[in-house]
Amino acid sequence: MIALLLRDLRLATRAGGGFGLSLAFFLILVTLVPFGVGPESARLATIAPGILWVGALLASLLSLDRIFALDHEDGTLDQLATAPIPLEAVVAVKAVAHWLTTGLPLALIAPLLGVLLNLPPQAMGPLMLSLLIGTPALSVIGAFGAGLTVGLKRGGLLLSLLVLPLYVPTLIFGAEAARRGAEGAAIGTPLVFLGAITLASLAALPYAAAAAIRVNLR
Amino acid sequence: MSIWEYANPKKFMQTSGAVLPWMTALSVLTLVGGLFWGFFLTPDDYKQGSTVKIIYIHVPAALMAINAWVMMLIASLIWLVRRHHVSALAAKAAAPVGLTMTLIALFTGAIWGQPMWGTWWAWDPRLTSFLILFLFYLGYLALWAAIESPDAAADLTSVLCLVGSVFAFLSRYAVLFWNQGLHQGASLSLDQEEHVADVFAWPLWTCIAGFVSLFVVLVLIRTRTEIRARRLSALLTRERMGA
Repeated sequence: MIALLLRDLRLATRAGGGFGLSLAFFLILVTLVPFGVGPESARLATIAPGILWVGALLASLLSLDRIFALDHEDGTLDQLATAPIPLEAVVAVKAVAHWLTTGLPLALIAPLLGVLLNLPPQAMGPLMLSLLIGTPALSVIGAFGAGLTVGLKRGGLLLSLLVLPLYVPTLIFGAEAARRGAEGAAIGTPLVFLGAITLASLAALPYAAAAAIRVNLR
Repeated sequence: MSIWEYANPKKFMQTSGAVLPWMTALSVLTLVGGLFWGFFLTPDDYKQGSTVKIIYIHVPAALMAINAWVMMLIASLIWLVRRHHVSALAAKAAAPVGLTMTLIALFTGAIWGQPMWGTWWAWDPRLTSFLILFLFYLGYLALWAAIESPDAAADLTSVLCLVGSVFAFLSRYAVLFWNQGLHQGASLSLDQEEHVADVFAWPLWTCIAGFVSLFVVLVLIRTRTEIRARRLSALLTRERMGA
């Protein structure tokens, strides 16, 4: 399992792996917002937590096809399905690898982009914390969606239609925590809910994703 | 004699064919009766005027929009556990009906909200959770349409339906975090004092009965169509094989 994790990380970070792409996408999305809504700093500050959360969500959505698609094309996924470790564990490891290469860096650079959007300094901590707690859920839910659509030829748009509604609760609690942080209010409740979503998806969704992959490999 | 007998498509076709005319008649009667009763024989509300009458479409449609997903969830579970094809086809047949009910609820709500709340749309918890439910229906239908192999499609959509229902209910409660509800509480409840007046409640119950039977009729018709389509494609395949 550790070998699989290392392999996925290596594949993602080497040339052509698209490791930097989701970060660059996050950056350009945040850059586009002031063009769209106007550069007044007060307005930007109020919408910054929500924009950063939506941006992180879209950036991790766009890299989802990386989880299974290439492995399915070259037959690695069939090998993994017959390997001695259970397919559920494979899914979980791949979701973790996806998180380490998208969710974690996104959470780390989010405060930097928050400066661009004039996010108040006391909001940086809650924003990062909410992203750190919430983005693993995005990766696991995404792995489920990727498992559902892995056999399809034009799965990209369908994947976003399937996955984005599943992202709604994570987004609500994550953005709520970040917004409360920006206003200086207590952030405990939304963070606890966010953690519950992450843990529950981490516990349950690998089974659903593995079931979907088995159907797709049949 | 158990309910699983109806998993046999032939038996299902016989029974549903026999039930269908009666169910259709019931649905037409209750819908026409309930809507006529509601629209013409009840007084206008003292505050809302005649716009109150949209309740006779809005409430039953919203109720069925949620119940259709629950029915799909049960049918998907039966398919995953016992692999009865009729069950998978019934779930497939129910999805567009549920989608339409969701749309009806959203549109009638908007039409009512414009004069009453002064806005077509608000990011209110109930409205938002219905919009998300609508997106779930869209994703479910898109997944059915995207997969060629019927068995794989049935499997994958069932898994999606299972996971989707957890998240749909989660979204339903998560949106409460936008605590600026414009939408009023439940219109009908059996145990509470707060309740619409009896003069509105009886036609409303009739309309709900009408929508439920309408849903059953539509799902039965669509399931029968799916079964026939399945038989047709099997026949065509057999012919092509030259047997």
